[in-house]
Amino acid sequence: MAELLTRFPRRRTVLLTSLLAIGMTATACSAPGEDRSSNTKPDAAVKTELGTDPITLEMYAETGFPLAKALADEFSKQHSNVKFNIREDQFTVIVENAPRVLASDNSPDIIRLPTMVDLVKDDLLKNLDPYFTAYGWDKFPASQLMQLRVGVGTRGTGSLYGMGLGYSVTGVFYNKKLASQIGMTQPPATVVEFEQLLAKAKTAGVQPIMQFNKNTAGINFPHQALQNQFGDPTQVADWIFQKPGATFDTPAALKATQAIQKWAQAGYFPKDANALDYAGMVGEFQKGNGLFMFNGDWESANLDKGMPGNAGFFLFPAETAGGKHVAMSAPNTFGVSAKAKNPDAAAYFLNWVHTNATAREIAVKVGGSSPGGPSDLPVPAAAANTVLAETLKASQQLGAENGAVDFTANATGGIFAAAITPELQKLVAGQQTPEGYVKAVQAEYAKELSR
Amino acid sequence: MTSALGSAPTGRDVRRARPTPTRAHRLRWARAAGTGWLYVLPALVMYAVFVLRPLALTIQYSLYDWNGIGVARWAGLDNYLTVFTDSDLLKIIGNAVILIVFFSFIPVALGLLVASMVRRITTGAFGTVVRTILFLPQVIPLVAAGIAWSWLLSSNGLLNQALRAVGLGGVARAWLGDFDTALPAVGVIGAWVLLGLCTILLVTGMSKIDPALYEAARLDGAGPVREFLAVTLPSLRQEIGVCLTVTIIAALASFDIVYISTSGGPGLQTTVPGLEIYRLAFSQRQVGLASALAVVLMVLVLACVLPIQRLTRGEKP
Repeated sequence: MAELLTRFPRRRTVLLTSLLAIGMTATACSAPGEDRSSNTKPDAAVKTELGTDPITLEMYAETGFPLAKALADEFSKQHSNVKFNIREDQFTVIVENAPRVLASDNSPDIIRLPTMVDLVKDDLLKNLDPYFTAYGWDKFPASQLMQLRVGVGTRGTGSLYGMGLGYSVTGVFYNKKLASQIGMTQPPATVVEFEQLLAKAKTAGVQPIMQFNKNTAGINFPHQALQNQFGDPTQVADWIFQKPGATFDTPAALKATQAIQKWAQAGYFPKDANALDYAGMVGEFQKGNGLFMFNGDWESANLDKGMPGNAGFFLFPAETAGGKHVAMSAPNTFGVSAKAKNPDAAAYFLNWVHTNATAREIAVKVGGSSPGGPSDLPVPAAAANTVLAETLKASQQLGAENGAVDFTANATGGIFAAAITPELQKLVAGQQTPEGYVKAVQAEYAKELSR
Repeated sequence: MTSALGSAPTGRDVRRARPTPTRAHRLRWARAAGTGWLYVLPALVMYAVFVLRPLALTIQYSLYDWNGIGVARWAGLDNYLTVFTDSDLLKIIGNAVILIVFFSFIPVALGLLVASMVRRITTGAFGTVVRTILFLPQVIPLVAAGIAWSWLLSSNGLLNQALRAVGLGGVARAWLGDFDTALPAVGVIGAWVLLGLCTILLVTGMSKIDPALYEAARLDGAGPVREFLAVTLPSLRQEIGVCLTVTIIAALASFDIVYISTSGGPGLQTTVPGLEIYRLAFSQRQVGLASALAVVLMVLVLACVLPIQRLTRGEKP
């Protein structure tokens, strides 16, 4: 093989070059990609009846998220003419594949979605506005579906392009045994109180926060929790929704980054956070290594199994006592493909998920998160003395305080991998300053929006 | 593999051997050539569809601003300009160059050492055992190797346990998560994987060296070191060339080991072009820039490998 490279006789080289040239001309005639702007208008007529004809709904869901399959099974039980064909991938794989899968000829009907703005721009998703009207989704709290709306170049307003299979809330899990060991009798009421607990844990030889920072930056959870409190959360939301003029370079973000730097220097995060991945973090926390863990309610059911009775949960406290709670909260977004063969049935399923009593119970029991839906429907109760019950309560409290914001990691398609993750890894290792961090994230954001 | 290619007559030899062409001769030769092409056709079609076409498409994409789905915008050489001016991308290319030391130089140097030591025991059952053990890392899937090594190098892994056991706990750290040690740690994994391949190639090369040369050297009073420098090393020129070529390509085009063990972190400390191309194309949806980086990587590989070929292809003395 090696000698092939240089011992190629000139004639064959000429032949190869010409073949390459032919290949290039054959492909280079037209620019890659296609213009798909034909189906931008929402279909006017939609059906809200399922009918009795046999239907197979193609679903593309996330591995390790059993809720989708549980709901599909129950739906088939209730509607015998509908079968599901579910294909699963890791979430990161879905993120990478979604555009091509949606553009292909066997595009699924229902798909777990990453950030939606690019997909909407490429006309790959069905506009759900007609279903919104037909099913009366205006009875849902407006904030519930806000993150799923995409307008011209921004998110948060405009047409509806997705629904949640459960609506997750994030906050701080704590180890009850370790908490009582350091004298924590109730969840902290202010950021300062929280920091005092961190210091107490450190002195007592307890790892204050168990947080991952490998592959993707888990320390962005505490960072945004602080950022939400140190300024006006609408500033954060505007930035995530790509509102014109929004910037990450704010005093709140800087103050949050300085706090993270301080925590890192004080040893509040694990020393090897940059080498610890998500699964490793959850494992360590369950083993009792770590007083706090910033995470979301999707882990509640798992923690109830792994450390029954020993896990607690609270929303990250406000800066001053009695202040409003703000937390990252996002729907487990599913959308309907623009090329779906059964869009009406897909929308029927999404509506059923939010309104059917059994479906709502499954969302809580299997998914561990709030089922969403109309505000007048009761939220199914979780077993007492579980962390699941605590996260559900927190979710309702957050809804009542109207304190939900999306994740900064979702601001653009590449912001998490290209800026937040590497720069936060640098920050906690002392290789980046807080000022540098804030500027680097904003620079990547501006770069991506300029494309 | 190499000797077969080396001894095959080249096109020029055939032409020289041909007698004065008459019309009948020319016709027969043309027909023979046509039949030849027919034999090559299936392979050629596969090669064109799976190698040449993607290569041409990559070059084409590199000239556009494209997200992989929508309409592409002509960008000219902008993507290449970005590759050569973006400090992050330059650092990433630099990482790959540093990896050459670990993936290429260390395995070849160690391979020479190990091969000289095991040269005498290459025959017999024991030789087979030695060869198998040395070649084992090459057989293990890189993903499995990456996972095993990330356990080994983790903060509570075997390496740190060993360090703590001998009282060197202060040195213990998360080797793959530390800014200073992550890239060398990834390099060590690569060296481990490629050492076996180099050793086996070099042992095979050594077994072809005429024993009379060693005898002559010894009669002239050469010690083992002199023997190695005067006989072994020059005779292995071609094998070393192959080792360097294969391992340098492995270093520059590395992906699996890095993806599994560090995902390119911490920061950009271990991000290599292969990983960045994948990220740019599939998670950041910048197919044009990813393609430009891929083309630059290909040119870089050729620029490193072709001179080595030129230097080592000379006839054995």
